[in-house]
Amino acid sequence: MIDLLVELSAEFWIVLVILLVGITIAMYRVIRGPTAPDRIVGLDVINTLVIVSMVIFGVIQDKFIYIDVAIVYAVLSFISTLYVAKYLEGGRF
Amino acid sequence: MIGEMLAVLLPILLIIGIIFMLLGSLGLLRFPDVYTRLHAGTKCTTFGSIFICVSIIIYGLYRWVADSDVNGSVIAFHTGIALVAILLTNPTGAHAIARAAHRSGVKPFGAVVDDLQGKDTAVEPKAAKKKTVGKKEAKK
Repeated sequence: MIDLLVELSAEFWIVLVILLVGITIAMYRVIRGPTAPDRIVGLDVINTLVIVSMVIFGVIQDKFIYIDVAIVYAVLSFISTLYVAKYLEGGRF
Repeated sequence: MIGEMLAVLLPILLIIGIIFMLLGSLGLLRFPDVYTRLHAGTKCTTFGSIFICVSIIIYGLYRWVADSDVNGSVIAFHTGIALVAILLTNPTGAHAIARAAHRSGVKPFGAVVDDLQGKDTAVEPKAAKKKTVGKKEAKK
């Protein structure tokens, strides 16, 4: 009976660091995007990466409250993406 | 026995997931166009998050079954709910962004013909108004 958290702690940390690198790369597209939909695509990718990194951070810290926060963050980021896309259509709600 | 197998299996799932996550970010950086960036960013990150969340679900179930630890079951089920939330919301958001980009007039890179020209439903009322205005002006 081995303890998987002790066994896999280094792997989880490495995955978290690579996710932060991906967030940094997507941040470049948010800052330098030529049009407004480019920036929204960058924000959508950043949202997904933040959700997964919150889940992994909750596993590392062994506190499941981070995973609950990730669920709420997923739903709220979806709603915000829909609203900004609706705004870009120039439109009627 | 199962613990040693999982200590090999879970890093493989994590590596597959993180490779797709990084490819999604890299495609977001390198592609020339909103639609191709959307393709790379959304699909690759959804696929990568499936693998990472499945590895964490297996980890939580192992802690629940082997160590009879309640925290493991909570981690597994809540990660499953988060994965379902990602799977439901991510393609829908991508569809909304692509529709908004097309309706706000962004052309694909290197495109010659737009097949949806005049067929997009949100554009039609404005075009109808413009037509009626044009007829009134023509009558005057």
